[in-house]
Amino acid sequence: MSQELVCITCPMGCRLTVGKLDDGGLSVSGNRCPRGVAYAEAELLDPRRTVTATCGVSSADAPRLPVRTTAAFPRERVPELLAAIYAVRIRLPVRRGTVILADALGTGIDVIATRSLG
Amino acid sequence: MKELRYDAVVIGGGAAGMAAALELDGAGLSCAIVEREENLGGILVQCIHNGFGLIEFNEELSGPEFAERFEDRVRGTGIKPYVGTTVMDIDVSGGDKLLYCYSAEYGILRMSCRAIVLAMGCRERNRGNIRIPGSRPAGVYTAGLAQRLVNIEGYIPGKDIVIVGSGDIGLIMARRMSWVGCKVHAVVEILPYPSGLTRNIVQCLHDFSIPLYLSHLTTNIVGKDRVEGVEITPLENGALMTEKAFTIACDTVLLSVGLVPENELSKQVGVEMNPMTNGPSVDSRLMTNVSGVFACGNVLHVHDLVDYVVEEARRAGAFAALWLKGERAKLEVRVKAGSNVRYVAPGRVDAEADNKIYLRTLIVKNDATLEVRVNNRVIKSVKKTHIQPSEMITVSLGAKDLAAAAGSPDPVVEIAIS
Ligand SMILES: Cc1cc2nc3c(=O)[nH]c(=O)nc-3n(C[C@H](O)[C@H](O)[C@H](O)COP(=O)(O)OP(=O)(O)OC[C@H]3O[C@@H](n4cnc5c(N)ncnc54)[C@H](O)[C@@H]3O)c2cc1C
Ligand code: SF4
Repeated sequence: MSQELVCITCPMGCRLTVGKLDDGGLSVSGNRCPRGVAYAEAELLDPRRTVTATCGVSSADAPRLPVRTTAAFPRERVPELLAAIYAVRIRLPVRRGTVILADALGTGIDVIATRSLG
Repeated sequence: MKELRYDAVVIGGGAAGMAAALELDGAGLSCAIVEREENLGGILVQCIHNGFGLIEFNEELSGPEFAERFEDRVRGTGIKPYVGTTVMDIDVSGGDKLLYCYSAEYGILRMSCRAIVLAMGCRERNRGNIRIPGSRPAGVYTAGLAQRLVNIEGYIPGKDIVIVGSGDIGLIMARRMSWVGCKVHAVVEILPYPSGLTRNIVQCLHDFSIPLYLSHLTTNIVGKDRVEGVEITPLENGALMTEKAFTIACDTVLLSVGLVPENELSKQVGVEMNPMTNGPSVDSRLMTNVSGVFACGNVLHVHDLVDYVVEEARRAGAFAALWLKGERAKLEVRVKAGSNVRYVAPGRVDAEADNKIYLRTLIVKNDATLEVRVNNRVIKSVKKTHIQPSEMITVSLGAKDLAAAAGSPDPVVEIAIS
């Protein structure tokens, strides 16, 4: 039996056809690059998403600080991660790339600032 | 009034403006960027999601990161950015071009230059443009405005949301609103297929179980002071099924119904428009009919990837630099949109140079074939695994491909998809 997936690793959005091989592995076709295979395996076994959000800053008239995870994050735990990000208030100035949450929820993935402010 | 002089002035400091200015500066020309907002970056600054820069940096960045990398480059050059400064008027009647700009910091500035690069981006279509009937309650926003409110100002416009239109900004906002704790009840699309990128359907709708109503029309927005709901009517074979209409309760409606290039200034100086793109008609060197006025990025035609914006803007900047040094296009050949092609940009190629053409199709199809013909003879054929109107297609045409055109008296290049 084969399954249709759309690889969302990049904006190409390749349409993947994923089948089970006799040895239990997966056969993937339709991918334009090897990352499509990795995506299909992950999506079926351990779905992850890059999370982008904003957190508060200490100064009232400054805009919100945009942040993102440094790698795709386990999808099941995204609500928990967002709650942790929303609880943060950063003191300005902050540089792009500064770690806002290190080893978020013990996943080994950091949350970093994506803009310099202040 | 302060008077300034540059070889070239770039209007708009988004991705396109910065990329074009960097080329001009790199060619040894003096150059200024005039940007209305208080910072460079343009629309990228509010696009905090990731998905930018895969071609340019071989990395997936968020909009602000992509913008800041270009800002860093601009800062390391002789380019003079005037932020918080709006170009109000352009005068091209004399030898030099004059730009009248206004800014809180500098007052009125008059800049004279020989070349101008238009990089003003685009604006959103609003409710008036698509004529949704109903009352005029509070709670109706364009998706881009909502994006700015949520991502920059930290203001959440409502709790129960319906999104009209399945363009990328709407899809991205469906996820954003879900992630800030709102409930997105539906995305309503009049066409039988989504107009945003497939990856956004997957990660912004499927992940949150948000229903997408294709072939459905938003027939009414109800509510007195505040939005109370939207009435949605299915379309079958182009006819409204009024007896099947239903209402979804909500307090906020986000409109994601398309973008229009921002060309008020361009029209004012007599730049001719292409009705298919709503952007200027340009030659193979991205120059408009007004000599020395170039255009690139979303002001020329609406792009879906910033990487293509940057690629096009670099070409515009480099062509403007060549023009300033006295070089002119050699063998201009008209490019025509053939069957199933909505538009091609630019509408001309130089038969003796390397060209890059961007186009959009009218159809959704797997295993499509793109054909380039010169005077009805196929000179290039490219297989495409999947095409759809929302995903821009690029074609490279070199002097070798165009040799047939170079030899013919009145050549036409036609691009068709089947
Ligand atoms: C919501 C959204 C999501 C997107 N998502 C993605 C994505 O995931 N991946 C991707 O690669 N691309 C994405 N894009 C596309 C890409 O980011 C844009 O196409 C690109 O950034 C546009 O660049 P630009 O310079 O042409 O226009 P803009 O960034 O709009 O810049 C134009 C600038 O001109 C200024 N201006 C206008 N008129 C004047 C004037 N008279 N005087 C002075 N200044 C003026 C404006 O203030 C503005 O800053 C997205 C776009 C949007 C809107
Ligand atoms: S398979 Fe490769 S090219 Fe295709 S969407 Fe995935 S990452 Fe992009």
